Amino acid sequence: MTSATIPSDGSEAPAIGARKPGLSNRLNLELKAYKGGESTLCSGCGHDAITSAIIKAFFEYGIEPHHVAKLSGIGCSAKTTAYFLNRAHGFNGVHGRMAAMAAGSKLANRKLVHIGVSGDGDTASIGLGNFLHMVRRNVPILYLIENNGCYGLTKGQFSATADRGSVKKGGGTVNEMTPIDCCALSIEMGCGYVARSFSGDPKQVVALLKGALAHGGTAVIDIVSPCVTFNNHEGSTKSYPYAKAHEDPLHELGFVPFFDEVRVDYDPGTTTVVKLPDGSLITLKKLGHDYDPTNRSQALDLLNKASVEQQFLTGLVYFDQSTPPFDEQMDLVPEPLATLPASRIRPPASALHAILERFR
Amino acid sequence: MSIAMEPRAHRGNLGVEASATPVVNDLVVTVATSNGTGSQSANLILMRAIFGMGIPVSGKNMFPSNIQGLPTWFTVRANASGWTARRREADVLVAMNVESIAEDIASLRSGAILVITKSLASYVTRGDLKVFVVPFDELVVPVCKDARLRKMVVNILYVGVLAHLLDIEMDEVKNAIGRQFAKKGSAAKLNTDAAIAGFDWAREHLPRQNEFTLRRANLTEGKIIIEGNQAAGLGLMFGGITVLAWYPITPSSSLCEACIDYLEEYRADPETGKATYAVIQAEDELASIAMVIGAGWAGARAATATAGPGISLMSEIAGLAYFAEIPAVIIDVQRMGPSTGLPTRTCQGDIWKAYQLSHGDCKHPMLLPGNMAECFEFAAESLNLAERLQTLVFVMTDLDLGMNSWMSAPFEPLTKPIDRGKVLSDEDLARVGEFARYKDIDGDGICYRTLPGSSHPNSAYFTRGTGHTEAATYSEKPADWAGNLDRLTRKFDTARKLVPKPVIKMTAGATVAIIAFGSSDPAVEEARAILAAEEGTKTDYLRLRGLPIGSEVFEFINTHQIVYVVEQNRDAQCASILRLECPDRAPLIRSILHYNGLPIDARSIVEGILAGEKRSKPS
Repeated sequence: MTSATIPSDGSEAPAIGARKPGLSNRLNLELKAYKGGESTLCSGCGHDAITSAIIKAFFEYGIEPHHVAKLSGIGCSAKTTAYFLNRAHGFNGVHGRMAAMAAGSKLANRKLVHIGVSGDGDTASIGLGNFLHMVRRNVPILYLIENNGCYGLTKGQFSATADRGSVKKGGGTVNEMTPIDCCALSIEMGCGYVARSFSGDPKQVVALLKGALAHGGTAVIDIVSPCVTFNNHEGSTKSYPYAKAHEDPLHELGFVPFFDEVRVDYDPGTTTVVKLPDGSLITLKKLGHDYDPTNRSQALDLLNKASVEQQFLTGLVYFDQSTPPFDEQMDLVPEPLATLPASRIRPPASALHAILERFR
Repeated sequence: MSIAMEPRAHRGNLGVEASATPVVNDLVVTVATSNGTGSQSANLILMRAIFGMGIPVSGKNMFPSNIQGLPTWFTVRANASGWTARRREADVLVAMNVESIAEDIASLRSGAILVITKSLASYVTRGDLKVFVVPFDELVVPVCKDARLRKMVVNILYVGVLAHLLDIEMDEVKNAIGRQFAKKGSAAKLNTDAAIAGFDWAREHLPRQNEFTLRRANLTEGKIIIEGNQAAGLGLMFGGITVLAWYPITPSSSLCEACIDYLEEYRADPETGKATYAVIQAEDELASIAMVIGAGWAGARAATATAGPGISLMSEIAGLAYFAEIPAVIIDVQRMGPSTGLPTRTCQGDIWKAYQLSHGDCKHPMLLPGNMAECFEFAAESLNLAERLQTLVFVMTDLDLGMNSWMSAPFEPLTKPIDRGKVLSDEDLARVGEFARYKDIDGDGICYRTLPGSSHPNSAYFTRGTGHTEAATYSEKPADWAGNLDRLTRKFDTARKLVPKPVIKMTAGATVAIIAFGSSDPAVEEARAILAAEEGTKTDYLRLRGLPIGSEVFEFINTHQIVYVVEQNRDAQCASILRLECPDRAPLIRSILHYNGLPIDARSIVEGILAGEKRSKPS
């Protein structure tokens, strides 16, 4: 538990998380170094807003772009990995398997920052098993779910995250099934960084992304990202108007990176600070809720209530550092396995002789 | 009962007719017990003791998909000529299991020796067997005070009885027990006492038999006994595997478990003790192969092992590995069909499926080990080939190779260095400047790749399964797609030269040509000897060790009239591939097929060839 309330001298807290980037970041790289190819998604797609937030978050956090591995499955969300960080290797895999592919990739090269971009179909339906097992293992990865409640690339079928009562565009079909809540499931599986946000709230998304980058294990961010073509109508709970009208932030979020020397003050009793493994801080300024993101049962309770009341709560829902990341559990050598020299991956002939003696 | 113990037709030159002089060092003992009674230990001790006497031996376990209580048979074949394939008929049956007793007795050939536990003696209604009734349940009581252990200790008693009946040296039995229970001193003593009790009782109470005897020889010196799964696990470890992802499935689990044991012992960093490998027990085979290609993409030497059902689940990602050109290895320990379809019975039934696994014009190189040394070598080499060819490589073994005990010369240390294939480092890129992931610079269809994490500005590329240009940008243009497919064909042709070459044995005056692969080899060699001795028929033999076929295989097929392809599946899967490769010769490629779940035997091959030859002769 690294949550603490920081004493205050009563001065007004600056806008946290809005660390004013200059033209270049701490690596002397400009924002454009973090950009990718042109998006081919529909104009106004929530996913593009998230892509912009990713670019901004990586830029502001100051990660070498080539130190990143970008992975995705299949779907509109999966395309977006081509739209940021051109200097990073990217892998657009098969539907639902990105979580497992990323686990393999991370073990091959634990030095790379892994980001996986998924959708609600990719994560909550075809890939649910692989997703949950990735979370359970605590594979170090920033795992984004661009959640629009529908299958965009195959023209608008309901996904498993569609809220009960959602209406399908045109046909009037109403979803009667219980939606899968990827945040609640992640908490159940022991995820140490669980957040929910809205693509129309870039400030919050950027802060959550940076917090996720500083978190050592699996970080799941479920971002409602309206599908402007198939799911942005009146009967949808994943539309812009619905999300705008119902968004209820748990707290005002800020992020102070470990390299930032600015130390800020907070109103006592109103701000919770979460310290991340690399020394960065997430600040959670209380709004209407009396909420502690380190309380697992409270987090699950809140998500449950929100689901029943069809509330759209956003923010850092749950935080916990107690499970070691997967690569640490495995006690791997610090260097990437991918580039170990031959001498370190083939024992000498004497070892073979010794083993074969046992079979004589 | 699923063991076909048909009456012996003839022993040919491999033995002598039953007479006053016993057959020396040539017999098959089958033990019928129920699984979960510890009989496996007793059977391995029996086999090891014969091996210790210098007599070539093999052990084949025919076990149910069950942990306790169903019939299981273990067959030990001792043969001075070194024939260790399964033989159809047993010479000696040890009958311990009431569940299978009626069929066990019915299946025996006339004159066979039956060692039967007293409680089952009333089942013997045939008069043409040499029956030895042993009161095992009574003998075990004074030997083993703990009633709970008796059902296990009783098995060692039959080893002692057989030692007396078949002249197995008790010192070798004791050695084998010491070896089996090396880490459990008290168990070693208990079992040794039981073996001696069985031996002493038999010496005192049973008449001699003069049909078979085992005599010390020097034919196993320096040899090892090992299972193919252990050999392949060892091969992966020495081959430099860095990521192993797997999901438990019979009969491949013991391969991964053996590999893990060797990794833990030999692949910890000598200075820090930290692992130079990662092992993940995945949630299913979809995940295990996804982890493997994720790891392969990022530069690991990654592999998984599975069986047919796992192969089916891996199908989609196999295609991604093919088109995105990611190194990966799947070792397929083949077994019979899906669901409860004989998961503990052997076959070579995945050849066709694995060769073209996935959708949209896929084909994969395949290594076909036929013995223990090749299980070791090919598992190691598969990691090299996968990186050299930047593709998915299969190693096809089967349950017979993987889980049965095979005699082998000790493996030679690997001579081929670790090959990382065409990987461009930052320094390489600084030198050559340009980089296009899917451009065929060398004309062999294999392109250069960079690894994630490379810092050169031209290094990064975006990996996709579907259409891409040479520069790895997205494309749906027909010319790009067709061009890519054609280059992949060139790469596959390169693979023809890189997979292990066949082993070809030509005989002067041969009139019959045989092609076989994998676990069929011992039965084929024995069949060739029988054909030569009994029929005067000489044979040429090509043992296929890899797909796609190379020039040697084309030449063998083109220069022989009729070629018999021996394989352990119903649909002539390998022969079908050969017919497609050699369409002009297709009518001359015939099949000898064995698919009853048991390892193939020599007699089936002899009969197949004789039937085929009869068909060929003008009437």
